[in-house]
Amino acid sequence: MKSNIRDVGDTRIIELGGKITIGTGDVKIRELISEALDDDKKDILFDLGDVTAIDSSGIGEMVACYTTVTKRGGQLKLMHLSPKINDILQVTQLITVFEVYDDEREALGSF
Amino acid sequence: MNANAKLRADLVLASRFENIEVAERALVDLCHRAGFADDEEYWLVTALREAVANAVRHGNQQDPERLVRIAYTIANSTVTIRVEDEGKGFDPDDIPDPTDPENLLLPSGRGIFYMRQFMNRVDFGSTATGGTSVVMVKDFASNDKDRPGVSG
Repeated sequence: MKSNIRDVGDTRIIELGGKITIGTGDVKIRELISEALDDDKKDILFDLGDVTAIDSSGIGEMVACYTTVTKRGGQLKLMHLSPKINDILQVTQLITVFEVYDDEREALGSF
Repeated sequence: MNANAKLRADLVLASRFENIEVAERALVDLCHRAGFADDEEYWLVTALREAVANAVRHGNQQDPERLVRIAYTIANSTVTIRVEDEGKGFDPDDIPDPTDPENLLLPSGRGIFYMRQFMNRVDFGSTATGGTSVVMVKDFASNDKDRPGVSG
C-alpha cells in the first residue's frame, strides 16, 4: 500500500493507494492515524482515489480509525471512492457511517 | 467468458498472510485462461482473499507449520473454490450480522459476510482432521443482479 500526507489548514489529507488488506495495509492506516493524532491533526480526510482493493480487515481498520478519531473529538471522512470501493461500503452499510465526498474543496469545507 | 473452459488447480500454502497474494495470483491466472471479465475476476478474488485470510488467521492461528489447501475449479460458467485449514473448526452461525446497526462499528467480523456477498453459495464444513472447509461457488450464468460483481 502507498500513502502520501498533505496538510491543508487544520485538515490532514492522507492519500492512499494500492491494497488496504490484511497484514500490511490495515496496519499502515492505523499508524497513519496515530501519527496524525500525535501531530494534533484531528480532522482527517482519507483520499481513496488510488485504492484498488479493501478487504474486510482493511474495512475493519478504517472503522477502528473512525472510532479512534471520533473519541478524540475529531472527524474522519472519505474522498474519491472508486465504484468498487463504493460498492463495498454500500454492501457493508458503512456508507451510512462515513461522510463521503467526490470534491476535495467540498470535503475540506465540511470540517 | 469462454463457455467451454474447464480448468482445475490445487495449491498448498504455509499459513502466512503474504501467501494470500500467491492464492490470488493463481486465481487471476485461471480467470484469464477462462476469459472472465475484469469485474467478475475482481469479486472472485475478493471472496478468495477472505477465505484464505480466515484460514491463516482464525483456522491456523498464523502458524506457518499448518497448511492451507485451496482447490480451484472452473467449469463452464461456474467457479468453485474450496479452502481448507488445519484449525479446530468453528460455527459460522456464531458470527453476528455486521450490517446490524449495533455491529456497524465493530472492527472485525465482516470476512464471511464479504464471501457470502460476492459468491452465490458459501458452505462451511469440517475436514477429516477437524479443520474448517469452506466451499464457495459463483455461477456467472445465474441471474442474481442484486450483488456486486454480477454482470447479469
